[in-house]
Amino acid sequence: MNRQDFPMLEKDLIYFDNGATTLKPKCVIDSMVEYYSSYSANAHRGDYDISQKVDQMYEGVRDKVKKLLHAARSSEIIFTKGATESINMIAFGFMKYQLQKGDEVLITKAEHASNVLPWLELAKDIGIKVHYIPLNEQHELTLEAVEKAISPKTKVIALAHITNVVGDIRPVEEIGKLCREHQIYFVVDGAQSVAHLPVDVERFNIDFLAFSGHKMLGPTGVGVLYGKYALLEKMRPLCFGGGMNSIFSSDGTIEYKDLPTRLEPGTPPIAEVIGLGRAIDYLLNIGMDQIHQYELELKRYAISKLEQLDNITIYNKDSQGGIVAFNIDGVFSQDAAVYLNHYHICVRAGNHCAKILKDEFKIQNTCRISFYFYNTKEEIDKLIEVLQKSKDIFKIIL
Amino acid sequence: MDPNLRREIILEHYQHPINRGLVDDEHYEKANTHNDSCIDNIDVMMKITDGKVEDIRFDGEACAISTSATSIMIQTLIGKSVDEVKEIIENYEHMINEEDYRSDLLGELIVYNETYKQPNRKKCALLPFESIKKILAKKEEKENGI
Repeated sequence: MNRQDFPMLEKDLIYFDNGATTLKPKCVIDSMVEYYSSYSANAHRGDYDISQKVDQMYEGVRDKVKKLLHAARSSEIIFTKGATESINMIAFGFMKYQLQKGDEVLITKAEHASNVLPWLELAKDIGIKVHYIPLNEQHELTLEAVEKAISPKTKVIALAHITNVVGDIRPVEEIGKLCREHQIYFVVDGAQSVAHLPVDVERFNIDFLAFSGHKMLGPTGVGVLYGKYALLEKMRPLCFGGGMNSIFSSDGTIEYKDLPTRLEPGTPPIAEVIGLGRAIDYLLNIGMDQIHQYELELKRYAISKLEQLDNITIYNKDSQGGIVAFNIDGVFSQDAAVYLNHYHICVRAGNHCAKILKDEFKIQNTCRISFYFYNTKEEIDKLIEVLQKSKDIFKIIL
Repeated sequence: MDPNLRREIILEHYQHPINRGLVDDEHYEKANTHNDSCIDNIDVMMKITDGKVEDIRFDGEACAISTSATSIMIQTLIGKSVDEVKEIIENYEHMINEEDYRSDLLGELIVYNETYKQPNRKKCALLPFESIKKILAKKEEKENGI
Protein backbone atom coordinates (compact mmCIF):
# COMPACT_ATOMS: atom_id res chain seq x y z
CA MET A 1 0.00 0.00 0.00
CA ASN A 2 0.92 3.68 -0.44
CA ARG A 3 3.74 2.86 -2.82
CA GLN A 4 3.31 6.08 -4.75
CA ASP A 5 4.52 8.05 -1.71
CA PHE A 6 8.04 6.54 -1.83
CA PRO A 7 10.54 7.95 -4.35
CA MET A 8 12.81 4.91 -3.91
CA LEU A 9 10.03 2.64 -5.15
CA GLU A 10 10.10 4.36 -8.54
CA LYS A 11 13.33 2.44 -9.13
CA ASP A 12 13.41 -1.12 -10.42
CA LEU A 13 13.89 -2.49 -6.93
CA ILE A 14 12.35 -5.00 -4.57
CA TYR A 15 13.31 -3.79 -1.13
CA PHE A 16 13.07 -6.56 1.48
CA ASP A 17 15.54 -5.18 4.04
CA ASN A 18 13.24 -3.09 6.18
CA GLY A 19 14.63 -4.55 9.39
CA ALA A 20 17.87 -2.75 8.54
CA THR A 21 16.25 0.51 7.54
CA THR A 22 13.02 1.57 5.87
CA LEU A 23 12.50 3.73 2.80
CA LYS A 24 11.31 7.30 3.31
CA PRO A 25 8.08 8.79 2.01
CA LYS A 26 8.40 12.07 0.13
CA CYS A 27 6.57 13.99 2.87
CA VAL A 28 9.31 13.08 5.37
CA ILE A 29 12.06 14.18 3.01
CA ASP A 30 10.14 17.38 2.20
CA SER A 31 9.64 18.24 5.87
CA MET A 32 13.40 18.19 6.41
CA VAL A 33 14.11 20.21 3.27
CA GLU A 34 11.53 22.72 4.44
CA TYR A 35 13.30 23.14 7.78
CA TYR A 36 16.62 23.78 6.06
CA SER A 37 15.18 26.07 3.42
CA SER A 38 12.57 28.10 5.25
CA TYR A 39 13.10 28.19 9.04
CA SER A 40 16.66 27.01 9.65
CA ALA A 41 17.60 28.12 13.17
CA ASN A 42 18.68 26.49 16.41
CA ALA A 43 16.25 25.14 19.00
CA HIS A 44 15.73 26.53 22.52
CA ARG A 45 17.74 29.64 21.73
CA GLY A 46 16.56 32.83 20.08
CA ASP A 47 13.66 35.18 20.52
CA TYR A 48 13.15 35.65 16.83
CA ASP A 49 10.26 34.20 14.88
CA ILE A 50 11.95 31.39 13.01
CA SER A 51 13.69 30.18 16.17
CA GLN A 52 10.33 30.02 17.89
CA LYS A 53 8.95 28.05 14.99
CA VAL A 54 11.84 25.59 15.42
CA ASP A 55 10.93 25.17 19.08
CA GLN A 56 7.30 24.60 18.23
CA MET A 57 8.09 22.02 15.58
CA TYR A 58 10.75 20.25 17.67
CA GLU A 59 8.68 20.09 20.85
CA GLY A 60 5.63 19.19 18.80
CA VAL A 61 7.33 15.96 17.78
CA ARG A 62 7.68 15.04 21.44
CA ASP A 63 3.89 15.15 21.70
CA LYS A 64 3.59 12.99 18.60
CA VAL A 65 5.92 10.36 20.07
CA LYS A 66 3.98 10.49 23.32
CA LYS A 67 0.80 9.78 21.38
CA LEU A 68 2.44 6.97 19.38
CA LEU A 69 3.67 5.24 22.54
CA HIS A 70 0.66 6.10 24.71
CA ALA A 71 3.05 7.64 27.23
CA ALA A 72 1.80 9.60 30.22
CA ARG A 73 3.70 12.82 29.51
CA SER A 74 5.82 14.42 26.79
CA SER A 75 8.77 14.96 29.10
CA GLU A 76 9.20 11.17 29.22
CA ILE A 77 10.36 11.32 25.58
CA ILE A 78 14.10 11.95 25.05
CA PHE A 79 15.54 12.35 21.56
CA THR A 80 18.76 10.41 21.02
CA LYS A 81 20.90 9.32 18.09
CA GLY A 82 19.07 6.00 17.89
CA ALA A 83 18.12 2.85 19.75
CA THR A 84 21.77 2.01 20.43
CA GLU A 85 22.42 5.29 22.23
CA SER A 86 19.11 4.99 24.08
CA ILE A 87 19.99 1.57 25.53
CA ASN A 88 23.49 2.78 26.43
CA MET A 89 21.91 5.66 28.34
CA ILE A 90 19.69 3.21 30.22
CA ALA A 91 22.65 0.97 31.13
CA PHE A 92 25.32 3.58 31.90
CA GLY A 93 23.20 6.58 32.93
CA PHE A 94 20.70 4.72 35.09
CA MET A 95 21.38 1.05 35.86
CA LYS A 96 25.01 1.71 36.70
CA TYR A 97 23.85 3.71 39.74
CA GLN A 98 20.86 1.56 40.66
CA LEU A 99 22.29 -1.96 40.43
CA GLN A 100 24.75 -3.67 42.70
CA LYS A 101 27.29 -6.39 42.31
CA GLY A 102 25.59 -9.77 41.87
CA ASP A 103 22.29 -8.31 40.60
CA GLU A 104 20.98 -10.12 37.53
CA VAL A 105 20.01 -8.78 34.12
CA LEU A 106 17.98 -11.20 31.99
CA ILE A 107 18.28 -11.06 28.20
CA THR A 108 18.12 -13.72 25.45
CA LYS A 109 20.47 -15.00 22.78
CA ALA A 110 18.21 -13.56 20.09
CA GLU A 111 18.90 -9.95 21.10
CA HIS A 112 20.58 -7.45 18.79
CA ALA A 113 24.13 -6.42 19.73
CA SER A 114 22.81 -3.13 21.12
CA ASN A 115 20.81 -4.99 23.76
CA VAL A 116 23.69 -7.33 24.62
CA LEU A 117 26.94 -5.38 24.67
CA PRO A 118 25.85 -2.56 27.04
CA TRP A 119 24.89 -5.19 29.61
CA LEU A 120 28.09 -7.22 29.14
CA GLU A 121 30.13 -4.01 29.53
CA LEU A 122 28.14 -3.00 32.60
CA ALA A 123 28.84 -6.45 34.04
CA LYS A 124 32.56 -5.77 33.65
CA ASP A 125 32.12 -2.33 35.25
CA ILE A 126 30.08 -3.12 38.34
CA GLY A 127 29.88 -6.90 38.58
CA ILE A 128 26.25 -7.53 37.63
CA LYS A 129 25.42 -10.90 36.09
CA VAL A 130 23.92 -11.26 32.62
CA HIS A 131 21.77 -14.37 32.19
CA TYR A 132 20.15 -15.66 29.01
CA ILE A 133 16.52 -16.77 29.24
CA PRO A 134 16.26 -20.02 27.22
CA LEU A 135 14.32 -19.90 23.93
CA ASN A 136 11.95 -22.66 22.80
CA GLU A 137 12.42 -24.94 19.77
CA GLN A 138 11.15 -22.23 17.44
CA HIS A 139 13.81 -19.91 18.90
CA GLU A 140 11.03 -17.88 20.50
CA LEU A 141 10.64 -16.61 24.04
CA THR A 142 7.70 -17.83 26.11
CA LEU A 143 6.22 -16.22 29.19
CA GLU A 144 6.83 -19.45 31.12
CA ALA A 145 10.54 -19.29 30.31
CA VAL A 146 10.72 -15.71 31.57
CA GLU A 147 8.86 -16.63 34.75
CA LYS A 148 11.18 -19.56 35.38
CA ALA A 149 14.31 -17.47 34.84
CA ILE A 150 13.41 -14.83 37.42
CA SER A 151 15.31 -15.16 40.69
CA PRO A 152 15.37 -12.94 43.79
CA LYS A 153 18.50 -11.39 42.29
CA THR A 154 16.81 -10.39 39.01
CA LYS A 155 16.67 -6.61 38.78
CA VAL A 156 16.35 -6.02 35.03
CA ILE A 157 14.67 -7.81 32.11
CA ALA A 158 15.83 -6.33 28.80
CA LEU A 159 14.20 -7.71 25.65
CA ALA A 160 13.48 -6.87 22.06
CA HIS A 161 9.74 -6.49 21.59
CA ILE A 162 10.18 -8.11 18.16
CA THR A 163 13.48 -9.86 17.42
CA ASN A 164 15.33 -8.92 14.27
CA VAL A 165 16.10 -12.41 12.94
CA VAL A 166 13.34 -14.71 14.22
CA GLY A 167 10.71 -11.97 14.16
CA ASP A 168 8.78 -13.31 17.14
CA ILE A 169 6.60 -10.87 19.03
CA ARG A 170 7.36 -11.16 22.72
CA PRO A 171 4.44 -11.17 25.17
CA VAL A 172 5.49 -7.81 26.56
CA GLU A 173 2.24 -7.04 28.34
CA GLU A 174 2.45 -10.23 30.41
CA ILE A 175 6.18 -9.82 30.98
CA GLY A 176 5.48 -6.24 32.09
CA LYS A 177 3.06 -7.59 34.70
CA LEU A 178 5.66 -10.04 35.95
CA CYS A 179 8.18 -7.23 36.22
CA ARG A 180 5.76 -5.13 38.24
CA GLU A 181 5.05 -8.04 40.62
CA HIS A 182 8.73 -8.74 41.14
CA GLN A 183 9.88 -5.11 41.14
CA ILE A 184 12.09 -5.65 38.11
CA TYR A 185 13.02 -2.88 35.68
CA PHE A 186 11.54 -3.70 32.28
CA VAL A 187 13.66 -2.46 29.36
CA VAL A 188 12.27 -2.94 25.84
CA ASP A 189 14.20 -2.65 22.58
CA GLY A 190 11.51 -1.40 20.23
CA ALA A 191 13.71 -1.02 17.15
CA GLN A 192 11.75 -3.69 15.24
CA SER A 193 8.34 -3.11 16.79
CA VAL A 194 7.43 0.57 17.16
CA ALA A 195 7.11 0.95 13.37
CA HIS A 196 5.18 -2.28 12.95
CA LEU A 197 2.46 -2.59 15.59
CA PRO A 198 0.76 -0.65 18.38
CA VAL A 199 2.92 -0.04 21.45
CA ASP A 200 1.46 1.10 24.77
CA VAL A 201 4.16 1.77 27.33
CA GLU A 202 1.65 2.34 30.13
CA ARG A 203 -0.39 -0.79 29.51
CA PHE A 204 2.76 -2.91 28.98
CA ASN A 205 4.34 -1.46 32.15
CA ILE A 206 7.53 -0.63 30.23
CA ASP A 207 10.07 1.27 32.29
CA PHE A 208 12.38 2.12 29.40
CA LEU A 209 11.86 1.79 25.64
CA ALA A 210 14.41 2.44 22.88
CA PHE A 211 13.92 2.80 19.13
CA SER A 212 15.37 4.39 15.99
CA GLY A 213 13.75 6.82 13.57
CA HIS A 214 15.22 5.40 10.39
CA LYS A 215 13.54 2.02 10.89
CA MET A 216 10.13 3.76 10.90
CA LEU A 217 10.19 5.91 7.73
CA GLY A 218 12.20 8.65 9.47
CA PRO A 219 15.74 9.87 8.86
CA THR A 220 18.95 8.36 10.21
CA GLY A 221 20.61 9.99 13.21
CA VAL A 222 17.58 10.26 15.46
CA GLY A 223 15.95 7.89 17.88
CA VAL A 224 14.01 7.91 21.10
CA LEU A 225 14.51 6.95 24.69
CA TYR A 226 11.25 6.62 26.58
CA GLY A 227 11.47 6.32 30.35
CA LYS A 228 9.01 6.60 33.20
CA TYR A 229 9.33 10.13 34.56
CA ALA A 230 10.42 9.12 38.04
CA LEU A 231 13.17 6.93 36.59
CA LEU A 232 14.41 9.50 34.07
CA GLU A 233 14.66 11.93 36.98
CA LYS A 234 17.37 9.66 38.39
CA MET A 235 19.18 9.21 35.08
CA ARG A 236 22.61 10.79 34.87
CA PRO A 237 23.45 12.39 31.50
CA LEU A 238 26.30 10.68 29.64
CA CYS A 239 27.23 13.93 27.90
CA PHE A 240 27.50 17.39 29.38
CA GLY A 241 27.55 20.77 27.70
CA GLY A 242 25.29 23.24 25.98
CA GLY A 243 21.54 23.19 26.09
CA MET A 244 21.19 20.97 29.13
CA ASN A 245 22.55 23.29 31.86
CA SER A 246 20.64 26.08 33.53
CA ILE A 247 23.35 27.60 35.76
CA PHE A 248 27.07 27.14 36.13
CA SER A 249 29.69 29.38 37.58
CA SER A 250 33.40 29.39 38.21
CA ASP A 251 32.98 28.41 41.87
CA GLY A 252 31.73 25.01 40.74
CA THR A 253 28.01 25.61 41.11
CA ILE A 254 26.18 23.63 38.46
CA GLU A 255 22.51 23.15 37.89
CA TYR A 256 21.01 21.20 35.07
CA LYS A 257 17.71 21.77 33.35
CA ASP A 258 14.61 19.72 33.97
CA LEU A 259 13.55 16.76 31.87
CA PRO A 260 13.65 16.21 29.02
CA THR A 261 16.23 18.86 28.06
CA ARG A 262 18.72 17.70 30.69
CA LEU A 263 19.21 14.48 28.75
CA GLU A 264 19.60 16.14 25.33
CA PRO A 265 22.98 17.90 25.48
CA GLY A 266 24.26 19.91 22.54
CA THR A 267 22.32 21.08 19.52
CA PRO A 268 19.85 18.32 18.79
CA PRO A 269 19.30 16.76 15.33
CA ILE A 270 16.53 19.25 14.58
CA ALA A 271 15.84 18.37 10.95
CA GLU A 272 15.85 14.69 11.84
CA VAL A 273 13.42 15.15 14.73
CA ILE A 274 11.11 17.10 12.43
CA GLY A 275 11.37 14.33 9.83
CA LEU A 276 10.59 11.74 12.51
CA GLY A 277 7.52 13.73 13.50
CA ARG A 278 6.26 13.66 9.93
CA ALA A 279 6.92 9.92 9.76
CA ILE A 280 4.82 9.37 12.90
CA ASP A 281 1.93 11.36 11.40
CA TYR A 282 2.19 9.20 8.31
CA LEU A 283 2.20 5.92 10.26
CA LEU A 284 -0.68 6.90 12.53
CA ASN A 285 -2.66 7.94 9.49
CA ILE A 286 -2.39 4.38 8.12
CA GLY A 287 -2.87 2.83 11.56
CA MET A 288 -0.41 0.61 13.41
CA ASP A 289 -2.91 -2.26 13.59
CA GLN A 290 -3.42 -2.18 9.84
CA ILE A 291 0.35 -2.19 9.26
CA HIS A 292 0.80 -5.23 11.50
CA GLN A 293 -2.08 -7.16 9.93
CA TYR A 294 -0.83 -6.47 6.41
CA GLU A 295 2.76 -7.49 7.20
CA LEU A 296 1.54 -10.71 8.79
CA GLU A 297 -0.50 -11.41 5.67
CA LEU A 298 2.64 -10.88 3.54
CA LYS A 299 4.69 -13.13 5.79
CA ARG A 300 2.12 -15.94 5.68
CA TYR A 301 1.89 -15.63 1.91
CA ALA A 302 5.69 -15.76 1.58
CA ILE A 303 5.95 -18.81 3.84
CA SER A 304 3.21 -20.66 1.93
CA LYS A 305 5.06 -20.03 -1.34
CA LEU A 306 8.55 -20.75 0.01
CA GLU A 307 7.35 -24.04 1.48
CA GLN A 308 6.53 -25.24 -2.02
CA LEU A 309 10.17 -24.94 -3.07
CA ASP A 310 12.30 -27.98 -2.31
CA ASN A 311 15.63 -26.15 -1.99
CA ILE A 312 14.75 -23.65 0.75
CA THR A 313 15.10 -24.02 4.53
CA ILE A 314 12.99 -21.62 6.57
CA TYR A 315 14.00 -20.96 10.18
CA ASN A 316 11.03 -19.02 11.55
CA LYS A 317 7.82 -20.22 9.90
CA ASP A 318 5.54 -19.48 12.82
CA SER A 319 6.72 -16.13 14.16
CA GLN A 320 4.16 -13.34 13.93
CA GLY A 321 6.40 -10.47 12.79
CA GLY A 322 7.06 -9.64 9.15
CA ILE A 323 10.44 -11.36 8.99
CA VAL A 324 11.51 -14.54 7.13
CA ALA A 325 14.92 -16.09 7.82
CA PHE A 326 15.94 -18.70 5.25
CA ASN A 327 18.75 -20.28 3.29
CA ILE A 328 18.98 -21.79 -0.16
CA ASP A 329 20.19 -25.32 0.59
CA GLY A 330 23.91 -25.71 -0.05
CA VAL A 331 24.41 -22.01 -0.74
CA PHE A 332 26.21 -19.64 1.62
CA SER A 333 23.84 -16.84 2.63
CA GLN A 334 25.99 -14.09 1.16
CA ASP A 335 26.13 -15.86 -2.19
CA ALA A 336 22.33 -16.11 -2.09
CA ALA A 337 22.04 -12.37 -1.36
CA VAL A 338 24.41 -11.54 -4.23
CA TYR A 339 22.30 -13.76 -6.49
CA LEU A 340 19.07 -12.01 -5.47
CA ASN A 341 20.78 -8.65 -5.92
CA HIS A 342 21.34 -9.60 -9.56
CA TYR A 343 17.52 -9.44 -9.88
CA HIS A 344 17.37 -6.20 -7.89
CA ILE A 345 16.00 -7.93 -4.82
CA CYS A 346 17.51 -6.53 -1.62
CA VAL A 347 17.81 -8.97 1.30
CA ARG A 348 20.24 -9.08 4.16
CA ALA A 349 22.71 -11.95 4.59
CA GLY A 350 24.69 -12.73 7.70
CA ASN A 351 24.01 -12.97 11.38
CA HIS A 352 22.11 -9.67 11.53
CA CYS A 353 24.05 -8.37 14.53
CA ALA A 354 22.58 -11.15 16.67
CA LYS A 355 25.90 -12.92 16.91
CA ILE A 356 25.01 -15.24 19.76
CA LEU A 357 21.85 -16.51 18.10
CA LYS A 358 24.04 -19.03 16.26
CA ASP A 359 24.14 -21.01 19.51
CA GLU A 360 20.41 -21.53 19.01
CA PHE A 361 20.17 -21.86 15.21
CA LYS A 362 23.20 -24.16 14.95
CA ILE A 363 24.09 -22.26 11.80
CA GLN A 364 25.99 -19.01 11.55
CA ASN A 365 24.25 -17.16 8.80
CA THR A 366 20.90 -16.72 7.12
CA CYS A 367 19.23 -14.60 4.48
CA ARG A 368 16.63 -12.34 5.95
CA ILE A 369 13.56 -10.84 4.34
CA SER A 370 11.92 -8.12 6.40
CA PHE A 371 8.68 -6.68 5.07
CA TYR A 372 7.02 -3.32 5.39
CA PHE A 373 3.60 -2.10 4.36
CA TYR A 374 4.78 -0.98 0.91
CA ASN A 375 5.83 -4.51 -0.06
CA THR A 376 3.42 -6.55 -2.15
CA LYS A 377 2.49 -10.14 -2.94
CA GLU A 378 3.65 -9.50 -6.50
CA GLU A 379 7.14 -8.79 -5.15
CA ILE A 380 7.03 -12.07 -3.24
CA ASP A 381 5.98 -13.88 -6.45
CA LYS A 382 9.00 -12.41 -8.20
CA LEU A 383 11.27 -13.58 -5.36
CA ILE A 384 9.83 -17.08 -5.62
CA GLU A 385 10.36 -17.11 -9.36
CA VAL A 386 14.02 -16.15 -8.90
CA LEU A 387 14.54 -18.70 -6.11
CA GLN A 388 12.97 -21.37 -8.30
CA LYS A 389 15.72 -21.01 -10.86
CA SER A 390 18.47 -20.71 -8.29
CA LYS A 391 20.07 -23.92 -9.54
CA ASP A 392 21.81 -21.54 -11.93
CA ILE A 393 23.12 -19.43 -9.06
CA PHE A 394 26.82 -19.87 -9.80
CA LYS A 395 26.33 -18.97 -13.45
CA ILE A 396 24.93 -15.67 -12.23
CA ILE A 397 27.27 -14.81 -9.38
CA LEU A 398 30.63 -16.15 -10.59
CA MET B 1 39.65 -15.82 -19.66
CA ASP B 2 36.72 -17.90 -20.84
CA PRO B 3 33.90 -17.30 -18.35
CA ASN B 4 32.90 -20.96 -18.30
CA LEU B 5 36.43 -22.07 -17.46
CA ARG B 6 36.69 -19.35 -14.81
CA ARG B 7 33.44 -20.48 -13.22
CA GLU B 8 34.50 -24.12 -13.37
CA ILE B 9 37.79 -23.43 -11.55
CA ILE B 10 36.15 -21.28 -8.87
CA LEU B 11 33.34 -23.78 -8.31
CA GLU B 12 35.72 -26.73 -8.11
CA HIS B 13 37.76 -24.98 -5.41
CA TYR B 14 34.59 -23.84 -3.60
CA GLN B 15 33.02 -27.28 -3.52
CA HIS B 16 36.24 -29.22 -2.99
CA PRO B 17 38.73 -26.84 -1.40
CA ILE B 18 42.17 -28.22 -0.70
CA ASN B 19 43.61 -28.51 2.83
CA ARG B 20 40.38 -27.83 4.67
CA GLY B 21 40.58 -28.69 8.36
CA LEU B 22 43.06 -27.47 10.94
CA VAL B 23 45.71 -29.60 12.66
CA ASP B 24 47.06 -29.49 16.16
CA ASP B 25 50.73 -28.81 15.50
CA GLU B 26 52.83 -26.15 17.18
CA HIS B 27 54.95 -25.67 14.07
CA TYR B 28 52.07 -23.84 12.46
CA GLU B 29 51.32 -20.17 13.00
CA LYS B 30 47.59 -19.34 13.01
CA ALA B 31 45.45 -16.30 12.20
CA ASN B 32 41.75 -15.58 11.94
CA THR B 33 40.27 -13.10 9.54
CA HIS B 34 36.66 -12.12 9.14
CA ASN B 35 34.85 -9.81 6.83
CA ASP B 36 33.62 -6.44 8.15
CA SER B 37 30.17 -7.26 6.91
CA CYS B 38 30.35 -10.00 9.57
CA ILE B 39 29.80 -13.01 7.35
CA ASP B 40 32.98 -14.67 6.06
CA ASN B 41 35.09 -16.08 8.85
CA ILE B 42 38.24 -18.03 8.04
CA ASP B 43 41.03 -19.50 10.15
CA VAL B 44 44.30 -20.06 8.34
CA MET B 45 47.41 -21.84 9.64
CA MET B 46 50.78 -21.92 7.91
CA LYS B 47 53.97 -23.87 8.48
CA ILE B 48 57.20 -22.33 7.26
CA THR B 49 60.37 -24.42 7.23
CA ASP B 50 63.77 -23.00 6.24
CA GLY B 51 62.17 -19.89 4.74
CA LYS B 52 59.75 -21.88 2.59
CA VAL B 53 56.02 -22.48 2.94
CA GLU B 54 55.72 -26.16 3.74
CA ASP B 55 51.99 -26.26 4.39
CA ILE B 56 48.89 -24.09 4.72
CA ARG B 57 45.55 -25.28 6.09
CA PHE B 58 42.26 -23.49 6.69
CA ASP B 59 38.79 -23.82 8.14
CA GLY B 60 35.74 -21.64 8.46
CA GLU B 61 32.49 -20.54 6.90
CA ALA B 62 32.65 -18.31 3.89
CA CYS B 63 31.11 -17.51 0.53
CA ALA B 64 32.04 -19.05 -2.81
CA ILE B 65 34.61 -16.35 -3.60
CA SER B 66 36.35 -16.41 -0.20
CA THR B 67 36.41 -20.17 0.06
CA SER B 68 37.68 -20.77 -3.46
CA ALA B 69 40.25 -17.96 -3.15
CA THR B 70 41.54 -19.58 0.02
CA SER B 71 41.91 -22.91 -1.71
CA ILE B 72 43.62 -21.50 -4.82
CA MET B 73 45.84 -19.34 -2.61
CA ILE B 74 46.98 -22.39 -0.67
CA GLN B 75 47.70 -24.27 -3.89
CA THR B 76 49.71 -21.30 -5.19
CA LEU B 77 51.72 -20.49 -2.07
CA ILE B 78 52.86 -23.94 -0.92
CA GLY B 79 56.51 -24.45 -1.84
CA LYS B 80 57.21 -20.73 -2.28
CA SER B 81 59.75 -18.76 -0.27
CA VAL B 82 58.58 -16.05 2.11
CA ASP B 83 59.78 -13.37 -0.32
CA GLU B 84 57.93 -15.00 -3.20
CA VAL B 85 54.80 -15.20 -1.06
CA LYS B 86 55.02 -11.47 -0.38
CA GLU B 87 55.46 -10.74 -4.05
CA ILE B 88 52.48 -12.89 -5.00
CA ILE B 89 50.29 -11.22 -2.39
CA GLU B 90 51.33 -7.78 -3.60
CA ASN B 91 50.58 -8.58 -7.22
CA TYR B 92 47.31 -10.30 -6.33
CA GLU B 93 46.17 -7.25 -4.37
CA HIS B 94 47.09 -5.04 -7.29
CA MET B 95 44.99 -7.22 -9.58
CA ILE B 96 41.96 -7.08 -7.28
CA ASN B 97 42.33 -3.32 -6.92
CA GLU B 98 42.68 -2.79 -10.68
CA GLU B 99 46.31 -1.73 -10.57
CA ASP B 100 49.26 -3.01 -12.67
CA TYR B 101 50.31 -6.55 -11.75
CA ARG B 102 52.37 -9.47 -13.02
CA SER B 103 49.95 -12.21 -14.05
CA ASP B 104 52.79 -14.74 -14.53
CA LEU B 105 53.24 -14.93 -10.74
CA LEU B 106 49.64 -15.66 -9.90
CA GLY B 107 48.85 -19.06 -11.42
CA GLU B 108 45.15 -19.95 -11.13
CA LEU B 109 44.58 -16.91 -8.94
CA ILE B 110 44.02 -14.96 -12.14
CA VAL B 111 40.46 -16.32 -12.15
CA TYR B 112 39.73 -13.32 -9.91
CA ASN B 113 40.97 -10.78 -12.45
CA GLU B 114 37.45 -9.50 -13.00
CA THR B 115 36.33 -9.45 -9.38
CA TYR B 116 36.76 -5.67 -9.38
CA LYS B 117 33.57 -5.55 -11.45
CA GLN B 118 31.70 -6.52 -8.28
CA PRO B 119 33.21 -4.12 -5.74
CA ASN B 120 31.31 -5.68 -2.83
CA ARG B 121 33.18 -8.96 -3.47
CA LYS B 122 36.71 -7.56 -3.47
CA LYS B 123 36.94 -8.08 0.27
CA CYS B 124 35.90 -11.70 -0.15
CA ALA B 125 38.71 -12.31 -2.64
CA LEU B 126 41.27 -10.57 -0.42
CA LEU B 127 40.21 -12.20 2.84
CA PRO B 128 42.49 -15.29 2.96
CA PHE B 129 45.52 -13.18 2.04
CA GLU B 130 44.89 -11.02 5.09
CA SER B 131 45.46 -14.11 7.23
CA ILE B 132 48.75 -14.89 5.48
CA LYS B 133 49.91 -11.29 6.01
CA LYS B 134 49.02 -11.52 9.70
CA ILE B 135 50.93 -14.78 10.03
CA LEU B 136 54.01 -13.36 8.30
CA ALA B 137 53.89 -10.29 10.55
CA LYS B 138 53.66 -12.48 13.65
CA LYS B 139 56.59 -14.54 12.42
CA GLU B 140 58.71 -11.46 11.78
CA GLU B 141 57.87 -10.08 15.21
CA LYS B 142 59.04 -13.31 16.79
CA GLU B 143 62.25 -13.41 14.75
CA ASN B 144 63.05 -9.81 15.56
CA GLY B 145 62.39 -10.53 19.19
CA ILE B 146 59.82 -7.74 19.53
